[in-house]
Amino acid sequence: MIEKVVVKNLYKVYGSHPERAMQMLHAGQSKDAIFQQTGMVVGVTDANFSVNEGEIFVLMGLSGSGKSTLIRLLNRLVEPTHGQIFVGGQDVAAMTKKALIDLRRKDLAMVFQSFALMPHLSVLDNTAFGLEVAGVGRKDREKRAMEVLEQVGLQTFARQMPAALSGGMQQRVGLARALAVDPSLMLMDEAFSALDPLKRTEMQELLLQLQQDQQRTIVFVSHDLDEAFHIGDRIAIMEGGRIVQVGTPDEILRNPSDEYVRAFFKGVDVKKYLIAKDVALVDETLVIRPSQDARSDMAQAIEQLRQTRRNYAFVVASDGLLLGAVSLDTLLRGLESGASRLESAFTDGMDAVPASLSLRELIGRIVRQPLPLPVIDASGRYLGAVTQTILLKKMMESESKESHHE
Amino acid sequence: MSEFLPLGEWVDRGVKFVIDNDGGTLERLGSGIGSFTEGVELGLQALPVSVVAAIFVLTGLWRVGWKFGLFCLACCFVIAETGFWPQTMVTLALIFAATFISLLLGLPLGIWVAKSNRMAAIIRPTLDFMQTMPAFVYLIPAAMLFGLGRVPGVLATVIFAMPPVVRLTSLGIRQVNKEQVEAAITFGCTPLQVLLKVQIPGALPSIMAGINQTIMMALSMVIIASMVGAGGLGNDVLASIQRLDIGLGFESGLAVVLLAIMLDRITETFGTSAPQKTWRQKLGLSKTDTTA
Repeated sequence: MIEKVVVKNLYKVYGSHPERAMQMLHAGQSKDAIFQQTGMVVGVTDANFSVNEGEIFVLMGLSGSGKSTLIRLLNRLVEPTHGQIFVGGQDVAAMTKKALIDLRRKDLAMVFQSFALMPHLSVLDNTAFGLEVAGVGRKDREKRAMEVLEQVGLQTFARQMPAALSGGMQQRVGLARALAVDPSLMLMDEAFSALDPLKRTEMQELLLQLQQDQQRTIVFVSHDLDEAFHIGDRIAIMEGGRIVQVGTPDEILRNPSDEYVRAFFKGVDVKKYLIAKDVALVDETLVIRPSQDARSDMAQAIEQLRQTRRNYAFVVASDGLLLGAVSLDTLLRGLESGASRLESAFTDGMDAVPASLSLRELIGRIVRQPLPLPVIDASGRYLGAVTQTILLKKMMESESKESHHE
Repeated sequence: MSEFLPLGEWVDRGVKFVIDNDGGTLERLGSGIGSFTEGVELGLQALPVSVVAAIFVLTGLWRVGWKFGLFCLACCFVIAETGFWPQTMVTLALIFAATFISLLLGLPLGIWVAKSNRMAAIIRPTLDFMQTMPAFVYLIPAAMLFGLGRVPGVLATVIFAMPPVVRLTSLGIRQVNKEQVEAAITFGCTPLQVLLKVQIPGALPSIMAGINQTIMMALSMVIIASMVGAGGLGNDVLASIQRLDIGLGFESGLAVVLLAIMLDRITETFGTSAPQKTWRQKLGLSKTDTTA
């Protein structure tokens, strides 16, 4: 996996003598103590994380936790006090102003909580703003702006002024403006927080749909757990300027690193957030890797199934792709009929489920089919299998976790 | 004058020092301002009454509406019929010259004050000082440095009229939505691009209000500046005071008021970007006039 953003030992101190605050931090003084003694505010303390290419990375925390400062450090809207910020291999923190402006024009874009559209420009001109700043000619930038307006479903509003649009539509323009420059990294600061819940969900869907068409790296700031779990591939939880935990939604849900993180999930129905990928187990069901010799594969498979007292196995190619399922019955029949290919022993109608399937839907599927369900990712790779037993166990676990918190 | 704190004496000596040692700079500045003002004055006076009146009426019609157009027509008629037209043009030229110089200095200064907190800390109290010092006081050093006539009048007016445009320009720029400025920076704007593409357009209503205020302050000051021989309607006002001529006082005063109303109403419309009315609505022909 390629790391698009790497942040190392990043600090931000607001105040007149940040070196002094840095010394105090290294001496182990707390943020509050520094504020009381010097009046300086520590915005971000020793942030370390990386964002993989093509993922949505959510910075989550309560207000004042430093998440908005951290996202602004990534494109140096806020000047870092100390540390390194690599975006696509370049250290943004050490860059000259000129190189920074160049990077912002070509590769970084941001979407803001208050939309931050220019009130004196039409929707089209707002969308083309970044291109205009970069010196793209009128014809080209308007063509590109129309393309992205179409992607967000606003092409008919191109000539309107932003004030004539609803909040949700204005943020579509904000999104279009960011997409127009075709950035490889998009920063979104509470981008949907100012919208009503319905519109917020709508925009989240739009964002995910845009991600499917073209995978961009997105750093998304949110204080909303639902949002973070819904759109985030990985989540970083911040408290008091520190990153307290980074992980996939499931990792954080399963192993909250401290009370603060745990408090986030209080009263939250965690089952709602579990997806097929989270409950699938790799070694619960037998996996067969086919070789050149199908007949010996079959014989071996029968042997293995008998030994482990099972009658069902998945066939997975060496590149991880799920090929099919075999059972003891079909294998024996295949061997008897003298079949020379493993495929002839596949069971009919194997039902693979996508990794993102919600637990609720998964239950529906598994009730209908008593056999283990294989879980695959977007490109068809085998991730593991879910059985009725696994599912029940998982649900019991999450129940007991919740009651433990209450 | 106090023995311990002879402030007045210091200022006195300071001005005299400047007069003795400026080496012709003041003279060149003075003659530049003088010929500029005179040029505007000659230009306005060369135009027939009907042309200047037509400009007022049509601009009033365009910016405000048909009723105000008619009002402008009435104003011009009254001023011309009472015989104050030439003086009004002189006053208008003084206002124009003083406003022009005020904006030339005040707009960049306002931008600078908006950008730099240190500059704001210096300029704000200076502006307060400029505005609260009785306006007559400026006339003394101005007359000492530049003699009598238009030049000290225009300069004293500039000092008096500049604060609003500086203040409102800086206020307007500082009040532009923070995230809009951040958005501009995010998309790679240079500081100059941020200023031109976001801050000035965003501050425009405030800047236009500042310009309007500056014009109105200039109008009141050029009348006072007649004391140092700036000329125009102020001369008639001054004469009426000296002669206790209530009739002359009323007529010349009325001309000032009418000029003020026309300038104020027309320039204030440039600040509000209210939806433009159609020509039919402006002329009062359309029944669906939405101005109410």
